Amino acid sequence: MSQLAPLPLVASLLDAPLPDSGITWLDAVRRENREAFAAGGLPDTRVEAWKYTALRALAQRSFASGDADAQARAVDPSALVLPGVDGPRLVFVNGVFRADLSALDSLPAGLTLQPLSQALQGDAEPLRFALSRPALIRDARESGDAFARINAASAGDGVVLRVAANVKVATPVQLVFVGAAAEVDLAWHARNVIELGEGAELTLIEQHVGSGEQVHLATLVSDIELREGACLHHTALQNTAIGANLIRRSSLRLHARAQATLHVLELGGALVRHDLQAELIGDGAQLDTRGVFMPHGRQHIDTQLAIRHQALNTTSNSNWRGVANDRARGVFRGAIVVAPGADGSDASLSNKNLLLSPSAEIDTKPELEIYADEVKAAHGATVGQLDERSLFYLCSRGIPQAEARALLTAAFCRAVLDDLPNEALREHLSAMLVAQLPS
Amino acid sequence: MSMLKIENLHARVEGKEILKGLSLTVNAGEVHAIMGPNGAGKSTLGNVLSGRDGYEVTAGSVIYNGIDLLALEPEARAAAGVFLAFQYPVEIPGVNNTYFLRAAFNAQRKARGEKEFDSMQFLKLVREKLKVMQISDELLHRAVNEGFSGGEKKRNEIFQMAVLEPQLAILDETDSGLDIDALKQVAQGVNTLRSPDRAFLMITHYQRLLDYVVPDFVHVLADGRIVESGDKSLALKLEEHGYAGIGEGAAA
Repeated sequence: MSQLAPLPLVASLLDAPLPDSGITWLDAVRRENREAFAAGGLPDTRVEAWKYTALRALAQRSFASGDADAQARAVDPSALVLPGVDGPRLVFVNGVFRADLSALDSLPAGLTLQPLSQALQGDAEPLRFALSRPALIRDARESGDAFARINAASAGDGVVLRVAANVKVATPVQLVFVGAAAEVDLAWHARNVIELGEGAELTLIEQHVGSGEQVHLATLVSDIELREGACLHHTALQNTAIGANLIRRSSLRLHARAQATLHVLELGGALVRHDLQAELIGDGAQLDTRGVFMPHGRQHIDTQLAIRHQALNTTSNSNWRGVANDRARGVFRGAIVVAPGADGSDASLSNKNLLLSPSAEIDTKPELEIYADEVKAAHGATVGQLDERSLFYLCSRGIPQAEARALLTAAFCRAVLDDLPNEALREHLSAMLVAQLPS
Repeated sequence: MSMLKIENLHARVEGKEILKGLSLTVNAGEVHAIMGPNGAGKSTLGNVLSGRDGYEVTAGSVIYNGIDLLALEPEARAAAGVFLAFQYPVEIPGVNNTYFLRAAFNAQRKARGEKEFDSMQFLKLVREKLKVMQISDELLHRAVNEGFSGGEKKRNEIFQMAVLEPQLAILDETDSGLDIDALKQVAQGVNTLRSPDRAFLMITHYQRLLDYVVPDFVHVLADGRIVESGDKSLALKLEEHGYAGIGEGAAA
């Protein structure tokens, strides 16, 4: 054990009182996770998964835990609205459920959608498996899970979403996490449990937005379970305040013939980290992931994609694009494991990146481990600059240099959003990309 | 005042001198053909006039409508009415052809202080041009040049020219790689755009295009300079005798 005083970040996060659920097993889980966080501390860059994301600066800062005034924070409701999306909505401000901003009337039959804080007041037993997560506390020396641990210890609210077997929810469900400016720098945490029953279908829109300038630290952990033959379309738009720190982990489990399609857009934040983990545990499960990360200024955006093929004839296709400008840094790791017995699997991964400034940096690392037979696998990563010939072609037609660069960059990113079925949403995403580009 | 006056132009590419004192005057309404053997500097001339990076002008001047063309950025040259039809049009995946053309059209109008077109106005204009140029509107819905055949790419260049309505159009080997039907279509497009206010500089290796677009002047470019000028009969002479012997004793 270290004799040094704990880092300010660790000390401030441990300083927060644990939420008291009154549920014996849950309070025990929270205590154990807090102890694991205290013992394991924060990962440094010697931990492989954190090699390119240094926490040195963040570790020196302190955050007040929880926002007692979350209910009173002014949030512009129009900032929550998305074109092409008009359905049930669950809104959290600084990690606290806001009924006034949410839309939970007339939920379709077969859809359960409620804040975790309310769900725990009823029968908490169905949440026990997802919330217990023994793996997080098993090895105290393993610090890579630090934020998931503090999330498991401290998150008092989040989303509980269930779709009953064979129910196809027609309208998209919107989950919005707002970081709102406060008098102090806040740490807040949210825990989401999402389950689609056998043959169920859902379109899910996850948004991360900022309201006012702030430098908060937020952690979000989502467990997404897709039962046999379930189908999920999930779009995540991360456009939080430019100074905010956002650390998320999304864990998907796909049972037999389940299908998930993810579109992820990473635009906002100061230090942003997303661990996107998927396990294809049932035969014939299919996963498609598409994403764009576009850090500028001094932003640092890190995506860690980890896909495990664990069953026969499973398919994953991942296509990610990164664009870094100014002094920003993008990190992408795409790790695919085809486990023993996952014969006949098909895995492909592509990550192409653009550097728009000489001081920008992108670190990309595709990894492929195959332990099964008759596997088709392909992966590739590139880092480059805009094509000079294309630029000149546009300029020679009268398009100013800056506009031509923006046009080509947007086209580069848009390629991975083309298969988003909701056209209005696709247009909106495209406009968000363009808005982020230097003009 | 002539539209374009090139005087004693010297230009280098990667340290090598390609243009070595080229002079040429073009007036509104004229069609000039620039012919010459490979390596004479034909494409370099087109690239220098349109402002491509990597071409260093070491001496001489280019005055276009009374302004120093070489001082302008490529986009400003376009807004001033200079258009280069590329020898190798670039494929740009992810950028819709119509969107690209409207961005170019409006950028030029904006630069000239004119009102931009909204999408309805622009679509109307584009439809008219398609009709005149006898081009299928299927071209509009695709990404710029992506997956286009050689002929489609060249026709797309001519179509862009029709929409952008330049004053000075430079066609860089627009005829290369075209079969006879595609060549006729491209030539017809060019002929449609001929007007008393517009001038053409057609850079070509072969005489064949000139059967369909009849030039007012033919110039032979060799070793970086115009070595002989004449009317269309010069092109026929070249076709018969080749470039050997051309320029000997000419007023260079």
